[in-house]
Amino acid sequence: MKRFSSFIKKEFLHIFRDIRTMMMLLAMPVILLILFGFAIRTEIMNTPFAVLDESKSASSRQIIERMSGSRYFDLQKNPDNFNEIEKSFRKGEIKLAVIIPEDFSDDLYRTGTGNIQLSADASDPNEASIVTSYVQQILMRHQQSLMKEDKIPYTIRTEVKMLYNPQLVSAYNFVPGIMGLVLMLICAMVTSISIVREKEQGTMEILLVSPVKPVFIVLSKAIPYLLIAFLDVVLILLISNNILHVPIAGNIFLILFLSTLFILSALSLGMLISSVTKTQQAAMLMSGAGLMLPTILLSGLIFPVENMPVLLQLISNIIPAKWFITAIKDVMIKGLGFFSIWQELSILLGMTFFLLVVSIKQFKNRL
Amino acid sequence: MNSAITTENLTKQFGDFTAVDRISFEVAKGEIFGFLGANGAGKTTAMRMLCGLLSPTSGKGTVAGFDIYKQSDNIKRNIGYMSQKFSLYEDLSVAENMRLFGGIYGMNSKAIASKTDESLRELELTNDRNTRVKSLPSGIKQKVSFAVSIFHTPEIVFLDEPTGGVDPIARRKFWEMIYHAAEKGITVFVTTHYMDEAEYCNRVSIMVDGKIDALDSPEKLKNTFMASSMDEVFQSLARKAKNS
Repeated sequence: MKRFSSFIKKEFLHIFRDIRTMMMLLAMPVILLILFGFAIRTEIMNTPFAVLDESKSASSRQIIERMSGSRYFDLQKNPDNFNEIEKSFRKGEIKLAVIIPEDFSDDLYRTGTGNIQLSADASDPNEASIVTSYVQQILMRHQQSLMKEDKIPYTIRTEVKMLYNPQLVSAYNFVPGIMGLVLMLICAMVTSISIVREKEQGTMEILLVSPVKPVFIVLSKAIPYLLIAFLDVVLILLISNNILHVPIAGNIFLILFLSTLFILSALSLGMLISSVTKTQQAAMLMSGAGLMLPTILLSGLIFPVENMPVLLQLISNIIPAKWFITAIKDVMIKGLGFFSIWQELSILLGMTFFLLVVSIKQFKNRL
Repeated sequence: MNSAITTENLTKQFGDFTAVDRISFEVAKGEIFGFLGANGAGKTTAMRMLCGLLSPTSGKGTVAGFDIYKQSDNIKRNIGYMSQKFSLYEDLSVAENMRLFGGIYGMNSKAIASKTDESLRELELTNDRNTRVKSLPSGIKQKVSFAVSIFHTPEIVFLDEPTGGVDPIARRKFWEMIYHAAEKGITVFVTTHYMDEAEYCNRVSIMVDGKIDALDSPEKLKNTFMASSMDEVFQSLARKAKNS
């Protein structure tokens, strides 16, 4: 125990005495979080949606056909009541619901104005507003075609309801993404660099000649970064809640548990990288190109995964960050509980376990 | 057991290449044993097997009375090691490095504190106790590195080319430290390619192409090879080398 604690102490000294590491660990998450308020969204295709058609009229069917025929939308469900819509939203089966009231057709042809209600999942605010504007365009085209036929100006009004994030605050969406990115960076990149640095400087050899077991060497490396990463999670949550005014809707312990799980998987990735590389540059490149880029590009942090080619969507499934970000969004922003995210959770758990076993095995083999 | 190290036909092969070829020797307790050879002769590989970093392909060996195949944990507890690089933590102070390695070898806080004072006195670095290692000159770093490798008073200390890149005066001072350690009963196993240093050893072995070609005291070797210095002895042996 004495051996172990002197190791951990040493690791903390390394961190505290290196300004660059300190900045990377503590300042960067804050800067990223604040900078990422502005990111670019492009077209969103094949949004899954549901229609609650109470009107059951010819004109409501025309509208539904127009929407399902569009490449922007993909009709998933025809529920019978509001409860079912609500459930589908929570399960993440749909991003948008179109509710056509009973008297829509009568109103439209008698008074010239019909009302349609749109509900969008606004936990991703950009996506929600883009998707609703697509619907409005489709409705506009429908109005124009009606006018050509009857020479009477019809208006279809939409009432838009943003679910989960009524103010459309865009930070809502970025917070989970930033968490994924920062944790990946700290745990995988910084840890792998710090292990490889010891190889480069020759101190690893001295440690291996000493009676300390290799497993302990690795663990003593991992523990300080685990603690700091955990601190970063708390820091991010505090800043989001108090400065960016993102409400934390779900259970905080579930969020922390998810984060710890993800930290462990990232740490194992870092160890894996450190056992196959020999120089700090190589470790940096490998974690940069091999982990950071896919995390940024494929996890849904900047580009919605739904828009990617199928192949990339499949690849995105092997990225732990994707599952972490999805689950964190559900818990933190939608306020969903354990039972809604058990799938993501078990995938993440499986990945973490697998990576941990492989990295410890790999570490033993190489030394 | 009066031998600190024994080997019998110790061999290490990497694929087709035989890095260490059936070497047999004994090192007595308290001896300063020079392990010489050109680069690529197999010195480091042999040393790594003795330290438990590499497992041998065949042959026998004991270090501090423990078998190198089965008891490497016991061996590790009883040896010290200093590599070609200075291998201290540059961002830690002199005293912090000592405390760390004392802790790694399971010394308690009290023992660490008194040993730190003692080592600093011997190194004449009492005022540099809290100086970060990176700001020390390389000659001093090397002395600190040696002090750290024998901090836990091991039975045997392995020095892998400890004086590389250091000026002659610093090297001389370094050898004084080695003598001092040997007087305290620590067996010193040292590799070097400075032939003047070979003269300081009690006995030397010279490796050529993975084999030990000569093993005796420097005096006797010079007589056998009718040479005036160890350098000449080494030259006449190295000429037939293939690997270097």
